[in-house]
Amino acid sequence: MRETTPSQDLVRGIWKENPVLVQLLGLCPTLAVTNTVANSIAMGLATFFVLVGSSLLVSTFKKVIPHEVRISAYILIIATFVTIADLVLAAVVPVIHKELGAFIALIVVNCMILGRQEAFASKHPVGRSLLDAAGAGAGFMIALLMMGTFREILGNGSVLGVALFGDHFEPWVIFILPPGGFLTLGFLLLALGWWKERKSESARIRQWPHGVATPSREEVA
Amino acid sequence: MGELFWILISAMLINNFTLSLFLGLCPFLGVSARVGTALRMGMANIFVLVITSLCAWFLNSFILPHAPYLRLISFIVVIASLVQIVEMAIKKISPTLFRELGIFLPLITTNCAILGFAIFQTNRGYGLLEGLFFALGAGLGLTLALVLMASIRESSELSSVPAAARNMGLVLIIAGSLSLAFMGFAGLFSA
Repeated sequence: MRETTPSQDLVRGIWKENPVLVQLLGLCPTLAVTNTVANSIAMGLATFFVLVGSSLLVSTFKKVIPHEVRISAYILIIATFVTIADLVLAAVVPVIHKELGAFIALIVVNCMILGRQEAFASKHPVGRSLLDAAGAGAGFMIALLMMGTFREILGNGSVLGVALFGDHFEPWVIFILPPGGFLTLGFLLLALGWWKERKSESARIRQWPHGVATPSREEVA
Repeated sequence: MGELFWILISAMLINNFTLSLFLGLCPFLGVSARVGTALRMGMANIFVLVITSLCAWFLNSFILPHAPYLRLISFIVVIASLVQIVEMAIKKISPTLFRELGIFLPLITTNCAILGFAIFQTNRGYGLLEGLFFALGAGLGLTLALVLMASIRESSELSSVPAAARNMGLVLIIAGSLSLAFMGFAGLFSA
């Protein structure tokens, strides 16, 4: 693996390797709880806390944890932090805790968190693992917030419960219902794919400004 | 009996785990390229869900009343180890069955559908028999969603799609349409 600088560790997770939009990890909470902005923020913060806490412990104890049982050890560490987050949310914001329901507990099986432990925290010093976790956590939060804002504006005509449009707005209810989750992420990925396609196209034009004979798809096949 | 039947139908169609509760999305998006594989994945899911249901029922009735804050941790540890043991047993007793289902079992033990199922069963206070029907319904629902998704993906494989949609975007739009169709089942009955 190519060596990276600490600032790259932090920034990488936010955009270039965004856990949701690029790596498609941790999709269950992304789709299930982003029907309002408030829920997205609570879920994002809880996941951020669990990820940073687990990375801290895993990178601290990486020499002590035997290689054969490392996955179980990581899961136990993650489950401990999730239990803390669960109890804290229940005490501080009981309404949101009730709405998120089982999905707080399900942070344990968010493969994004386990992925960061296995891929990064178990091989790097504490400081850089914390940076990496903070970056991935922030990237996750940003993706959740994008989904949540999009869905609440279209599905309810509001942001954080504050109505944006007048009385004439007819809410597009489907977007706060389950299909809206799939469709919103689908549209986001399509937009991202279109943008990437355009970028590589313009890079090719810069490289060969006079055009180049590219084989058509039939010829390739 | 009627009650049990409705638990099964509700878990399978109305509150389908994948399409309306968003549980088990990783296999739904990852292992749904071929119908055969999707079907076997679904079978493995049913199998693990039934084991999970038994585990959760046992823990809830005998162990956890004394230490409720350990619920999450004990669910994960017990379910994962029991599935591992059963996997070894199957490998010994029926190698054919193991070849069909085996590779999926470790993948799905820490899947959110499994843990989510255990938590739902606990929250709804299901007994042993109700839990088993719930597991069967949820498993059949997962299988149905996987097979439907795989059939659509197989038949749309050769169609020409825009370059931007060649990543997961298209799959998610298909999933959205499926989920939209499953919303129709909501009128079937109200609990």
